[in-house]
Amino acid sequence: MNIFVFIKRVPDTESKIRINSEANNISEEDLNFVMSPYDEYAVEEALRLKEAKGGKVTVFSVGPDGTQVILKKALAMGVDDAVFIQDDKPETYDGLRTAKILAQVVRQKYPEFDLILLGKQSSGADNAQVPAMVAELLDLPQVNVVTKLEIEGNAGTANREIEGALEKMGFVLPAVVSAQKGLNEPRYETLKGIMMAKRKEIPVLTLSDVGLSEEDLAPKLEVIKMETPPPRKAGTVVTDEPEEAAKKMAQYLHDEAKVI
Amino acid sequence: MILVYLEIREGKIKKSSLEALSEGKRRSQELGVECAAVLIGHGLDSLAAEALPYGAAKVYILDNTMLAHYSPSGYGEALYTLVDEIKPQVILFSASSMGRDLAPRLAAKLDVSLVSDCTQVSVQDGRLEFVRPIFAGKAFATVALKATPQIATLRPNVFPLLENLVDGGESIKKEVIIPEDQVKDSVKELIREEGEELDVTEADIIVSGGRGMKAPENFDLIRDLASILPHSAVGASRSAVDSGWIDHQNQVGQTGKTVSPNLYMAFGISGAIQHLAGMSSSKFIVAVNKDPEAPIFKVADFGIVGDLFQVIPHLKEELKKVISD
Repeated sequence: MNIFVFIKRVPDTESKIRINSEANNISEEDLNFVMSPYDEYAVEEALRLKEAKGGKVTVFSVGPDGTQVILKKALAMGVDDAVFIQDDKPETYDGLRTAKILAQVVRQKYPEFDLILLGKQSSGADNAQVPAMVAELLDLPQVNVVTKLEIEGNAGTANREIEGALEKMGFVLPAVVSAQKGLNEPRYETLKGIMMAKRKEIPVLTLSDVGLSEEDLAPKLEVIKMETPPPRKAGTVVTDEPEEAAKKMAQYLHDEAKVI
Repeated sequence: MILVYLEIREGKIKKSSLEALSEGKRRSQELGVECAAVLIGHGLDSLAAEALPYGAAKVYILDNTMLAHYSPSGYGEALYTLVDEIKPQVILFSASSMGRDLAPRLAAKLDVSLVSDCTQVSVQDGRLEFVRPIFAGKAFATVALKATPQIATLRPNVFPLLENLVDGGESIKKEVIIPEDQVKDSVKELIREEGEELDVTEADIIVSGGRGMKAPENFDLIRDLASILPHSAVGASRSAVDSGWIDHQNQVGQTGKTVSPNLYMAFGISGAIQHLAGMSSSKFIVAVNKDPEAPIFKVADFGIVGDLFQVIPHLKEELKKVISD
């Protein structure tokens, strides 16, 4: 199987987010960037499929200089190749832009594949748009938010998480599948993997290399303002004996908050 | 026109879709345009009546046996055909599992951007402005769309249902022709676990447990408390999920679900930044934790410093009393 995995660089989930109001974006100062957590499940699933069925795994990422770190991590986990698509534009929060770039890279440079895996969303923009948009742009089937994936020949089945249940979906290859937590347990990089990843050359593509102009990617989404939520005020904290404390909480919920 | 996609689940229109329709109706009045709705599937004729009182002037029914089960590619194609014909200025979906799956497919087909999981919609100078959480709620972005149609998904449980129902308009059945090779993916089976609880994103009350629960069987205490609370769901922190005590479907926070219930009850949850991000927009928060310094107390409206194993049984009895009053 020839498997592609699209991954994204995001601030680690421990990060405190600050706003740069002049740039209408988050302040990247002091942020530690990592591979988006859901993408790790996608990389792991690709490696498991390759181990079971043979083939090759290639990871791709669109982003500014510095994105190579997460491609190196994927290489250290065991993927065969990595491709860096350099786009120095700051985060646009616009899934269409990213999906168009990825779809164009596939069309122009890497048309041969059986499966595209991604995380179900980046933990940052939280859009959950790119998988379905890539599927549409490449005219492929899609199954998103997947917790179980099986491939047999040129068809697959996947369990997709919905509210309080799972949908078992059938699809034909090539297809786009996005990973949810629970799909697998991502492996750690090995020392050998890290050494190999260090030596590995990562090819760089620019947007013009794949024939995309700024006009092709003209923004259709405008960020007007960004802000952090007002901090919540701490309320009453009691230290009474359990019975008395429970009584006070129940009274608070019934009489003051009026939610019960 | 504002067009609202109505999702059907087990033969009924989903509540979160009626929330989206209610919001569509409110904004359509402000914009001075018509509000319409669309249903996709097979054998839906009777369902239009559920939507009409929410102010839809038209309910389009796209009926085809091939659309009896959800298919992102098939439903995307059917919706695109309708949108191409009736040319709405705005298309709204619930940010449900299906809405978040289908809306980006349609947006890419129409070559327009999409706003996901909005918590506020307003009209500014004749176009819509959307507020949406990013970084699981650590920040909020106000955004607008520069292309038509403007497409957005609306977070469930945030937009109120229309209170004064009105006489709706008409239902219009449209024949859709879907080439068989356009249905490339479809639901074969719905897998529902026995006694499955309500999803945290749809609940009014979330009873949540963290590392302080100590063992998987202790989540029975949480389930037991939730069982007496109407429209409630069981939540969990990441550490409880990663310890294997409860399914990740229940996880609240970054890498889990972002929720805004009326009431969030946190038991044995210290309040890591990822967890706080995912639940801080709850209307009321209460917490029980042994550690008086736990960050959860900084966001809780009412907190108890104490042993949750001792507090929960008393709390259940006290809540039973106030509920029966």
